[in-house]
Amino acid sequence: MSTATTVAPEPRAATPLNYLNVEYGWRSWLFTKDHKRIALLYLISITFYFFIGGAFAVLMRIHLIDPQGALVQPETYNKLFTMHGIIMIFFFLIPSIPSVLGNFLVPLMIGARDLAFPRLNLLSWYIYMLGGAFTMYSVIHGGVDTGWTFYTPYSSTYANSQVIPAALGIFITGFSSILTGLNFIVTIHKMRAPGMTWFRMPLFLWSMYATSIIFVLGTPVLAIALFLLFLERVFQVGIFTPALGGDPLLFQHLFWFYSHPAVYIMILPAMGVISEIVPCFSRKRIFGYKVIGFSSVAIAVLSFLVWGHHMFVTGQSIYTGLVFSALSFMVAIPSAIKVFNWTATLYKGSISYDAPMLYALGFIGLFTMGGLTGLFLASLSTDVQLNGTYFIVAHFHYIMVGGAVMGYLGGMHYWWPKISGRLYPEIWARLAAAIIFVGFNLTFFPQFMLGYLGMPRRYAFYPAEFQFLNVMSSAGASILGVGYLIPLIYFAWSMRYGPIAGPNPWGATGLEWQTPSPPPKDNFEQPPAVADEAYDYAHQEVGLV
Amino acid sequence: MSEAHSGRIHIAHQFESSDQQHEAGTLGIWIFLATEVMFFGGLFTGYALDRWLYYPAFAAASRILDIRLGAINTAVLLTSSFTMALSVRAAQTAKRGALALLLILTMLLGAVFLGIKGFEYYQKFVEHVVPSLDFAPQGEVLARLAPGGLGHAQLFFCFYFFMTGLHALHMIVGLGLLFVLLLRALGSEFNAGYYAPVEVTGLYWHFVDIIWIFLFPLLYLIGGRF
Ligand SMILES: [Cu+2]
Repeated sequence: MSTATTVAPEPRAATPLNYLNVEYGWRSWLFTKDHKRIALLYLISITFYFFIGGAFAVLMRIHLIDPQGALVQPETYNKLFTMHGIIMIFFFLIPSIPSVLGNFLVPLMIGARDLAFPRLNLLSWYIYMLGGAFTMYSVIHGGVDTGWTFYTPYSSTYANSQVIPAALGIFITGFSSILTGLNFIVTIHKMRAPGMTWFRMPLFLWSMYATSIIFVLGTPVLAIALFLLFLERVFQVGIFTPALGGDPLLFQHLFWFYSHPAVYIMILPAMGVISEIVPCFSRKRIFGYKVIGFSSVAIAVLSFLVWGHHMFVTGQSIYTGLVFSALSFMVAIPSAIKVFNWTATLYKGSISYDAPMLYALGFIGLFTMGGLTGLFLASLSTDVQLNGTYFIVAHFHYIMVGGAVMGYLGGMHYWWPKISGRLYPEIWARLAAAIIFVGFNLTFFPQFMLGYLGMPRRYAFYPAEFQFLNVMSSAGASILGVGYLIPLIYFAWSMRYGPIAGPNPWGATGLEWQTPSPPPKDNFEQPPAVADEAYDYAHQEVGLV
Repeated sequence: MSEAHSGRIHIAHQFESSDQQHEAGTLGIWIFLATEVMFFGGLFTGYALDRWLYYPAFAAASRILDIRLGAINTAVLLTSSFTMALSVRAAQTAKRGALALLLILTMLLGAVFLGIKGFEYYQKFVEHVVPSLDFAPQGEVLARLAPGGLGHAQLFFCFYFFMTGLHALHMIVGLGLLFVLLLRALGSEFNAGYYAPVEVTGLYWHFVDIIWIFLFPLLYLIGGRF
């Protein structure tokens, strides 16, 4: 596989027409219906939000270097962690892999010319941008301090910040998720190329399908919760606010009915990416194809049945708690199945450590840690102890950053040659992957310890004895920040100066690698047909195809 | 592919055949309706919870609603679903005149529903039972609401306005869609090979109808009148 990095740039004779150079001008982008261009619009937008959300995190970590708080007032600190959460979850993590890689790859992987509804696809990006505008409005006009969960009565009686525009922003953005999910489901059902049966589909598509189910069935429930919150605020009637006769637990139920599955919206697509990368860089057929595919669907289904584990300490009945605890443990089964299958794929594979593979291996380790610590929180008694501490913060960052962001970056590196037609600089990419891995663990592992020792989350101050671990965490965050900036620079650089990638630099299977890079506007020069299973690496010559 | 070049069937570039296009459209609307079910489902859950918590207030408030108007509206909407179903048939058989007539009838019935709904809203203003804006019932209305508690009665009317309002919004969107269909029908766009827009709009219209079939008993009939 290392041959991939030594491909000499070919002389640029007449460049063939592809989706990037077929049209020029801002209109050809802002009114495009090409799924590949829409994916790039999403890529630019979510990258913007990633760095905004990251900036809030940096400010928080600087603040927490000093036990008394080094930087901001406590009210401002509340706004920092709220805006960090809202932007990272709703405007970066949820759309990241589905809207960028999914948009780009779903039609390519099934051998279609586009998604089933290209106009809805473009509309979803505009809706996303509109929602983002509302949220940015709330950021500029003072921010929100409720936490990303908008719990009532923080967000109602005691709200003293821009709750309405922020909630509206998330409400609106939800519809872009719904449209994306709808588009993917229909496309995967109806637009597969001849011979592309369900069990020949790349596993990335299974995970996109499972994610889309959550998009379509979960997002509207969040929408209605935020809509009711909005009405309650505007008309001063009691739906969630106890003082007005409402029930705050109703809000939490509706909120988590979406927001627990939302965790799987973030992690399932990353799992799909890993299922593509691991066999390619092990040169092996994936172990347990069907089990991995079905485990994605199982995770999507189970995700709707476990929301009560966020409410163990809110006064729901002990029997409800027991049921939710047991169901939450069950999610571990399909998740572990995936990890075992990836590991079994690695076994006796001829592994190469290109950057995508580094991210994939990082994902497997970090996701395992995040998943196993989740079991602490699914148990009633330990959850009572750990709920509301940094243990939770560390746990979900291992899933969302160690899992989802690693998967996203791995996927971006893996498919960048297809997206841009250029190779990124492999040395820098490996270096960045290593920096991110180290920075990540240094940032978040101390937070496990802090939480275990009892440091509560969401406070602007902490006892002096926790300072050492907090400084470690802040130091890690600065390393992590540098690690994230490097790919931004070399991806941008490679668009102009990177070596020409050729159609299949990784020697990978899959229809997307059988068309030129970047692909032509209609994806394939000839209509593709499929005769083999996915990941048929055993029968393939190693090296370039 | 042969159909792609025959007649006036328009096939978008991403599809291989008119069948594929038709199936994609139909599956798309079903998934959209699943989303809608979850959307209204959240509201119904909230309503069910509060009805269970504050039953006396909800029952008393429910009895303020005009059950005759609600029943008439149910009949009107069911009839409109019938004419909608017939218009899909008319589109399939390419009967331009019948299709236009049935679409106009469906729109008329939808408009009648909205008119009656508007009149009911007006009644609520007269009775001063509009949450937040004007909630100060007097006289007989007050006497009927008071035993259950005015605060919780107000909560009932919140749900009443949210749910029927959201439903009415869907009706208005539906009327817009029907109007577009009417224009296309007059242009003889539909035939046995291409009637998906009529079918898809029909499914949406039936869905809006079904939502009302749930709203009517939930809001009007829970007061234990019978
Ligand atoms: Cu959860």
